[in-house]
Amino acid sequence: MQGGSRVRRWLILALLWGVALLFLIPFLWMLSSSLKPNYQIFEVPPRWIPNPPRWENYVEALTILPFPLYIRNTAIITLLTIAGHLLSCTVIAYAFARLRAPGRDFLFVVMLATMMLPYPVTMVPLYVLFNRLGWINTFLPLVVPAYLGIPFYIFLMRQFFLTIPRDFEDAARIDGANTLQIIGRIMLPMAMPALATVTIFTFQATWNDFLAPLIYLQRPELYTVTLGLQFFRSTYTTNWAYLMAASLVTTLPVIVVFFAAQRYFIEGITLTGVKG
Amino acid sequence: MSNARAVGGRRHSRNRLARREALTFYLLISPWLVGLLLFVLGPIVASLGFSFTRWDMLTPPVPAGLRNYVRMVDDRLFWQSLSVTVRYTLMYVPSELVGGLLLALLMNQVSAKGIRAIRTIYFMPSVLSGVAFVVVWMWLFHPEAGLINATLARVGISGPRWLVDPNTALTALWIMSLWGLGRTAVIYLAGLRGIPKELYEAAAMDGAGTWHSFRSVTLPMLTPAIFFNLVLSIISTFQSFTSAFVATNGGPLDSTLFYVLYLYRKAFQEFQMGYASALAWVLFLIILVLTLLVVRSGQWWVYYEGEER
Repeated sequence: MQGGSRVRRWLILALLWGVALLFLIPFLWMLSSSLKPNYQIFEVPPRWIPNPPRWENYVEALTILPFPLYIRNTAIITLLTIAGHLLSCTVIAYAFARLRAPGRDFLFVVMLATMMLPYPVTMVPLYVLFNRLGWINTFLPLVVPAYLGIPFYIFLMRQFFLTIPRDFEDAARIDGANTLQIIGRIMLPMAMPALATVTIFTFQATWNDFLAPLIYLQRPELYTVTLGLQFFRSTYTTNWAYLMAASLVTTLPVIVVFFAAQRYFIEGITLTGVKG
Repeated sequence: MSNARAVGGRRHSRNRLARREALTFYLLISPWLVGLLLFVLGPIVASLGFSFTRWDMLTPPVPAGLRNYVRMVDDRLFWQSLSVTVRYTLMYVPSELVGGLLLALLMNQVSAKGIRAIRTIYFMPSVLSGVAFVVVWMWLFHPEAGLINATLARVGISGPRWLVDPNTALTALWIMSLWGLGRTAVIYLAGLRGIPKELYEAAAMDGAGTWHSFRSVTLPMLTPAIFFNLVLSIISTFQSFTSAFVATNGGPLDSTLFYVLYLYRKAFQEFQMGYASALAWVLFLIILVLTLLVVRSGQWWVYYEGEER
């Protein structure tokens, strides 16, 4: 019985690692291809270890198109968006979690409903609106909405605030602190894990965003990394070594952040996914 | 007399406090209310309005009545994009549900410590950029030198031409999307870990075997998570865009023309804003009806703990 269950456990582990290998292969293939000289790229059967590794692929791929500029643009948009989410979503979430007001629960339901709204419905009118404002070919359409609160993150922060006991706030209120002081000095220090989750999710989503930059940024000097990569792909279709090098470099920040903070990723996604 | 006044005064000040609290609430959420009007409700109404016009954004919109909606009936590409999207959803949603659940059940058999590295590996692809993710798979699917066909060739199978063959392109996009399965698996795993041990002990005492305790404990306790993911998965799969835009641009022969890709073309390449808005509203209604059907079906199969049955 005991032996049988041990064999079963090993079989399951082997199966899980087998699947893990399948999940890893595209990464390894990307890394391997990015270091191949061109004549080794199309070799059949493919070799896994490029010999000799051609590091120049990285330098060349990243200078054919101005990838440093794309990375800078993406970083600006991402940082401004993170700041916007942290400022707006915490304040709005606090209001929904703690303050009583007529119409609050109705507005909360409205907010949850807008999370389900398919974006194509608002895509055309938003383009028209930002066009009227003269915001096409600026970062504004990508960044300004972040300062007006994003339902998903408001929901996430609210759920977190609800788990914090009220006693701390009551004590501060007796000491004469106002609402903004309570949010800034009491709630936020205790909500660090939730703030980290919002930051990381926003970083990943903004860094990877494709459709919104595609619609609003038409001038090459404003391109984000995803637009740059797509442009690269459509112009240099057959140079797979360069394409793999560029793909790897542009996603490296996300992969690094993921490894550094995967706990927050996984907790955040399960917090909102399991509880619904 | 003085007592009554004191009570009245307290009530009065309590009212004032409540009013102040409500005022603070609306002040704090005002950015979201502005965003709701400007970026959500306004555009929804505007979109409906646009859908009854013909508009190229250069000249003023021309009223068109129901013409945009009538036009869809004879628009071959509209039906093609709808059919591609429905087929893709029918392929992706069940495989994500079953695949994610199977992986989670397997992971749940191993202790939390032993699973940490595996969980990270499973989750990793879903944080990658849509574009880089697709570019890597385009290379994996390369008909001659791609890893998949090169490996198949080794065992003597001549692989399909994947993304360049209209018969296999959609299947290739589906296989590509399965790389993101780990995210769903991790969500289900958290749901599984949350099931109280006592339930399994009670089931074992009643003489339930593995299958029986899965049927009567695991599955019912997991239905809320399955339900939530099913709804989100249907909504998001209907809005697929990036993989087809980058990998195939809807081709070959429109075999991967997702609905949103067609909408994007009409709006931002052909500047038919009226027709694009009508397409958006039809998509909205389809998603709404599907979501309502799934939500209604939930009362038959979703189990909420603590609910009378």
